[in-house]
Amino acid sequence: MSGEPKIGVWVCECGGNIGDYVDVQRVVEAIRPEVAYARRERYLCSKPSIENIKRTVQRLGLNRVVLACCTPKMHRETFASNLEEVGLNRALLEMVNIREQCSWVHKDDPEGATRKALDLIRGGIERARVSRPLEAKRAKSIPEVLIIGGGVAGITASLRLAEYGLRVHLVEKRPSIGGHMIQYPKVFPTLDCSQCILTPKMASVSNNPNIHLITYAEVVEVSGVPGEFHVKVRLKPRGVDPEKCIGCGTCSRVCPVEVPSEYNMGLGPRKAAYIPFPQAVPSVYTIDFEACTRCGKCVEACPRDAINLDDEERILELDVGAIILATGFELYDANDLPRYGYGRYPQVVTSLEMERILDVNGPTGGQLINPRTGKEFRRVAYILCAGSRDTENGKPYCSRVCCLYALKQAQLLLDRGVEVWIHYIDIRTPGRRYEEFYLETQRKGALFVKGKVVELIPEGDRIVVRGEDMMLNRMVENPVDLVVLCPPVIVTDETHKLAEMLRIPVDEDGFILERHPKLDPVATKRDGVFACGMVLGPKDIQTTTAEAEAAAMKAVNFLSAERLIEPNKAYLINPDLCDGCGECVEACPEAAISIADGKAVINEMLCSGCGACIPACPRGALDQQGLSEEQLKAQIRGILERSEAEVKILAFVEMEVAYTAVDLAGLARLEYPSSIRIIPLPSMSRLKLEHILYAFAHGADGVMLLEAPEHEGPYGKAHVISEERADDYRWELEDHGVDSFRLWYSRVYVPDWRKLKKVFTTFHDMIADEGPLDEEIRIQLREELD
Amino acid sequence: MPLGSGETLRLGEKLKPFRERVKELSGEDVGLCYQCGACSSGCPLTDEMDLLPSTVMRMVQLGVEEVLDSKTIWICSSCFTCQVRCPRGIDVANVMEALRQLVLRRKYDRVSIDLLPPEELRELPQIALVSCQRKLTG
Ligand SMILES: Cc1cc2nc3c(=O)[nH]c(=O)nc-3n(C[C@H](O)[C@H](O)[C@H](O)COP(=O)(O)OP(=O)(O)OC[C@H]3O[C@@H](n4cnc5c(N)ncnc54)[C@H](O)[C@@H]3O)c2cc1C
Ligand code: SF4
Ligand code: SF4
Ligand code: SF4
Repeated sequence: MSGEPKIGVWVCECGGNIGDYVDVQRVVEAIRPEVAYARRERYLCSKPSIENIKRTVQRLGLNRVVLACCTPKMHRETFASNLEEVGLNRALLEMVNIREQCSWVHKDDPEGATRKALDLIRGGIERARVSRPLEAKRAKSIPEVLIIGGGVAGITASLRLAEYGLRVHLVEKRPSIGGHMIQYPKVFPTLDCSQCILTPKMASVSNNPNIHLITYAEVVEVSGVPGEFHVKVRLKPRGVDPEKCIGCGTCSRVCPVEVPSEYNMGLGPRKAAYIPFPQAVPSVYTIDFEACTRCGKCVEACPRDAINLDDEERILELDVGAIILATGFELYDANDLPRYGYGRYPQVVTSLEMERILDVNGPTGGQLINPRTGKEFRRVAYILCAGSRDTENGKPYCSRVCCLYALKQAQLLLDRGVEVWIHYIDIRTPGRRYEEFYLETQRKGALFVKGKVVELIPEGDRIVVRGEDMMLNRMVENPVDLVVLCPPVIVTDETHKLAEMLRIPVDEDGFILERHPKLDPVATKRDGVFACGMVLGPKDIQTTTAEAEAAAMKAVNFLSAERLIEPNKAYLINPDLCDGCGECVEACPEAAISIADGKAVINEMLCSGCGACIPACPRGALDQQGLSEEQLKAQIRGILERSEAEVKILAFVEMEVAYTAVDLAGLARLEYPSSIRIIPLPSMSRLKLEHILYAFAHGADGVMLLEAPEHEGPYGKAHVISEERADDYRWELEDHGVDSFRLWYSRVYVPDWRKLKKVFTTFHDMIADEGPLDEEIRIQLREELD
Repeated sequence: MPLGSGETLRLGEKLKPFRERVKELSGEDVGLCYQCGACSSGCPLTDEMDLLPSTVMRMVQLGVEEVLDSKTIWICSSCFTCQVRCPRGIDVANVMEALRQLVLRRKYDRVSIDLLPPEELRELPQIALVSCQRKLTG
């Protein structure tokens, strides 16, 4: 139906909003000879009008429609879906904004507004003439999700997705799931038993038929695209056949090798044949081959013949549609905070070690004994912000949970008669029930000293904490039996490697970067990849759980929503021209292009449609759906060629942010010169020098590029690249005889709409002062370009 | 040791009995104080004090007995502004009273009304006299 173009044009008066300033009748008369049908409407968006358009399209067999009315942000969708009902492909509908960007901003200049409306509509008509129908493709999604990390975040997300009915593959690097939470005896702010609330959830994971639990394993490769990821998982040799093992523990009893237990933070031993803790899930023993001497005792003892000391690693391949990263945190290495004497003084422990000491099943059986010295402790000092909130030694951010877990541990100790001192710089207890928890800790008798501690001095069996009491403005020395350090929580290098594999960025602090820190906090920058828990930043269990639920929902949405691949992609229009130079590969902000068999291949799933690659191709082999070279030039020509305006300025405006600001200027009825004519683009990096020259050749006296802000635009780096390109273009314009001042580049923030009046007026005045571009240069340019 | 001394304070077990004693006498849990300063900011007599009420609270919290040498506890007129305002619900004036009690129990007379010349007695505000009586004869 695209065939020979048969164009229908409707021009709306919008009551008087357009009609009072633009002579709509004159415009309609002017274009009537150029198209199959042209008509003026009082209210184009009214139901009768829309029905009328549909009937006319059918009656006359129109195959292109141009609607000149308000901003397309307002009604484009309504018009497009209505026209689809009568068989008009949405790519063949052209919207021309003659209200926000014309009548409303040129109220004092009806003649200028009328000329401008005519020009803009001609731009739309010429563009429509060369438009092609486009179909959005349906993206395929595999209805399975990979979750990496089996802490409370990964466990919660797995259960939620399995409940929904999706198949989940949960990969945990350790022999059991549970994460850090399973190491805590009690959790703030309710002081409920951590293991009691988590163990049932761990059991549900192992019992759920929708969850494929893969422990003692790590993800080693991720390829494919969102919706269809291919993942390789390395299964570490476990030495025990999980199908046969009944968890009786005979192997562990006979095993003669002891090594420090990770679960107990190295404070107690475990065997080389071990289960990390009794409630481990899966309830399967593991042979630690790094420690194992291959004595064979366990093999002999196992009643089920489950042990194989020659076990080897295997690679498991998975195909999944979405991925959730939930690999959590570790504590910053306290050895790297030398002033706190960790590793040097046995009286100094970390907060995680303290969690284990407080556990009845911990290395001391819950007795208040320092496992490093074997001595009882009666006075304990906490050092908060031991490396957090420190730009020089440690990490600049607040670790957010230390204040609260210190309060928690303090309560547990105070309940047992231990004197607790908390050395802090600020006590931060934002969050539900947390201030009350702080108060309760004070009630139980904890003592607080404000002042950052940076010095510990051993004194006999004790250790003296030296710091300031900033309230009394006096130095204090606090002799205690045990010092508990609260170091920063950090994301591991291992997770950073995973992030690289998943092609998702991390932030300046090493946490996974959210798609939007406020409005899209559990999505990553990559489609189909989500994250939750500590890996996104310091947080408590409650927030971790909430994020896990959210991430599960995001994954469900991603996999079940009918995802359309928008027909706005770059593509190789002329494969013969492409010589595989790779310039486009460099330019693409989405890493969507690769070179295969000497030709550029653009991955449609990854391409965002920013258009940055097209100007990068030195041989002009690329084009874009819905915004073809032909369409762009037709529109430029349409707007400028027959314009009767005295000064003609073509403004390319970034489609989302900057365009919205220009619309807002219209809404506020700011007045600016009617010389400004706007063409929206996804990003200014879509523009070739050729387009700018083309505009000058066909009548422009000045060209403006109004780009989105660097970080707020929808196309990421594309909005950055364009600035460098514009700088280059300015030089090159001079080579073609066009003064560089005739090209303007600036960024527009939404709240900056007020400034647009000044921006437009300044540029207009400058161009008007300098006068129109020399006609000879135009002729020369036209010759060059044809 | 003089008040406001720069000398390093040792937070050992030695400080505990004093802390406990004040708690017992005042019935107030000074440990709840989070040093916001509200008591000081409402107090009408801070200009005359050597320690601000919140500093007194801090010293008690830590168990620093020298707080008993401070003028503040005597200047305190028991107007109760602090205790109406304390966001942690501590009756600060009760703590002041407990501190005075601790001093008085040393049986050391500071002011005897009988010895005050009548002219001066006439000049002194009544409230000061009343509180003086209350404080100094307990
Ligand atoms: C000392 C201390 C006490 C705390 N106490 C409390 C409390 O009382 N209440 C509270 O609300 N919060 C508390 N927190 C915070 C709480 O620990 C976190 O909010 C919570 O553990 C975050 O869960 P997570 O699943 O994101 O991370 P984690 O618990 O760290 O779990 C991550 C999981 O991923 C696995 N993993 C890591 N890397 C990989 C990999 N490459 N491949 C596969 N698997 C991987 C890990 O083995 C682990 O099982 C405390 C924190 C600390 C440090
Ligand atoms: S949570 Fe408290 S202790 Fe931890 S970094 Fe933040 S302010 Fe410091
Ligand atoms: S540069 Fe932009 S338009 Fe080109 S392939 Fe990459 S994302 Fe798509
Ligand atoms: S008002 Fe209460 S909490 Fe605040 S400093 Fe005084 S005693 Fe402490």
